[in-house]
Amino acid sequence: MSITISGVNKKFGDFVALDNVSVDLPTGQLTALLGPSGGGKSTLLRIIAGLEDADSGTVTIEGNEATHLPPQKRNVGFVFQHYAAFKHMSVAKNVAFGLEIRKRSKAETEKRVAELLELVHLSQFAHRLPAQLSGGQRQRMALARALAVEPTVLLLDEPFGALDAKVRKELREWLRRLHDEVQVTTVFVTHDQEEALEVADEIVVINDGRVEQVGTPDQLYDAPESEFVMSFLGPVTKLSGRLVRPHDIEVYTAPEDPRGKPGRITRLLRVGFEVRLIVELDEPEHPDVEVTVTRATQRHLHLEDGLRVWVAPTSGVRAISPVRVASG
Amino acid sequence: MIWFSLLVLIPLVAVLISAADLGAGGFWEVVSGPQTSAALRLTVLVSLGVTAVNVVMGTALAWVLVRDRFWGKRLLDIVIDVPFALPTIVAGLVLLSLYGPKSPLGVNAANTRVAVFLALAFVTLPFVVRTVQPVLETIDRDVEEAAASLGANRLTTFRRVILPSLVPAITAGAALSFARGISEYGSLVLLSGNLPGRTEVASVRVLTYIENGNRSAASAVAAILLLVALAVIVALDLIQRRLARRGQ
Repeated sequence: MSITISGVNKKFGDFVALDNVSVDLPTGQLTALLGPSGGGKSTLLRIIAGLEDADSGTVTIEGNEATHLPPQKRNVGFVFQHYAAFKHMSVAKNVAFGLEIRKRSKAETEKRVAELLELVHLSQFAHRLPAQLSGGQRQRMALARALAVEPTVLLLDEPFGALDAKVRKELREWLRRLHDEVQVTTVFVTHDQEEALEVADEIVVINDGRVEQVGTPDQLYDAPESEFVMSFLGPVTKLSGRLVRPHDIEVYTAPEDPRGKPGRITRLLRVGFEVRLIVELDEPEHPDVEVTVTRATQRHLHLEDGLRVWVAPTSGVRAISPVRVASG
Repeated sequence: MIWFSLLVLIPLVAVLISAADLGAGGFWEVVSGPQTSAALRLTVLVSLGVTAVNVVMGTALAWVLVRDRFWGKRLLDIVIDVPFALPTIVAGLVLLSLYGPKSPLGVNAANTRVAVFLALAFVTLPFVVRTVQPVLETIDRDVEEAAASLGANRLTTFRRVILPSLVPAITAGAALSFARGISEYGSLVLLSGNLPGRTEVASVRVLTYIENGNRSAASAVAAILLLVALAVIVALDLIQRRLARRGQ
């Protein structure tokens, strides 16, 4: 295990940011710390980096006890949400910073900087100032700067949070490819479940200062251990008292399926390629069910407001097992 | 532009024209006279010294005001402006009662060059603090954290990451501080005693010349002060550009 965190607690005044957190993050993998804002995931990342001290508990990085090491001695690369660029230095100087601190020779530094700028596709911008770059380019520069010192682990705190949706998508695909190329143990914090599902090898879901579940994207999506994890990783709706994903519900215009429950479409909303339906069931408990169908299905079945329909969970579907309902 | 001309350019030119009445020989005679040249030298040297002190202490004070948390910080933040806001003659009185012959601190700096230094340091204190403080407030903590995680210790981080961002502000504050220093009158006349050749400063010289009806000579001294101010501001600008370029 590359990073081992055991029994870490952290309070800010009365606010409990981390409550007895223990988790192992595997070597060479891309791990996402996923959770809502204020859930403690950034605090955990900052504790790993040494930018924050844990009140109690230990952090081990590649077998070395690191709990009380200052950030300078941990050999971690850290990438911040708002780039943290050294504004008065050129892109090349930014990337060279860590190498110059380590007193590498000039020739070696230049060579390494050129390689890294190549890697992040910023070679032609080497002499620009950060202010002359776009947000996405600045974040790639920050990444190159963090990688320059050959860190044991690379930590990214909401790295794409400040970018617009399109650049964010491009950059996370690029991060995945970069990780496959560089193979450094990487941990990134995100509140965007799509980002985590798409990029990460492993996801640690953190909520209210606690680890909710650890697993691969498939494990989390298909076998969530709690209502929180299920609802955080994607849309959910209730059908017959069980949590189901809206796209895992079949809609019929006649009572074909014996499990089908009768109801009426009360609302129909088209969002791009999908159509969201609200079906009001005849049964008085949990009357409203949200269903997502494709545009093709909607047209094929002539679904419209007020139509009488029957809904049933798609047969053989994942994630319909009754979930342990979180207390409170 | 017209406003600027009326307010600044025309009076400046008028001073130069008035000084030109003397002719080159007369001009030289005035400014190289022992009493005047001593006053000019004292003014420039003490102003430079005070500016240097302000650059260090002002930056440190701004740092403390922005970064540290302590009881009375808000009060200190307001009090910093007092030397600037006080009418200079009041500042002079304050200094006289504090560092004069009847000093409660037992420090008698009256009629010495130290008095000139103290007075200038007192009135120019806010300049660097007030120019650096807002810039320091805009520097994100994550920049320092980034430097730390790249292995830089606190001193290196300050020298290589924070300081370069502060240089323009420090330079601006230094220029203001120096300009105020060479022009100061009110705060130092009481404490310094205006001893010719020892503690008399250029602005006092100017006044003396005018009181004696020698307006051209007063203008000559004024013209020298003007040139010095210009030279220092240009020099500071060059330093700033040079430092800015070094980072790239």
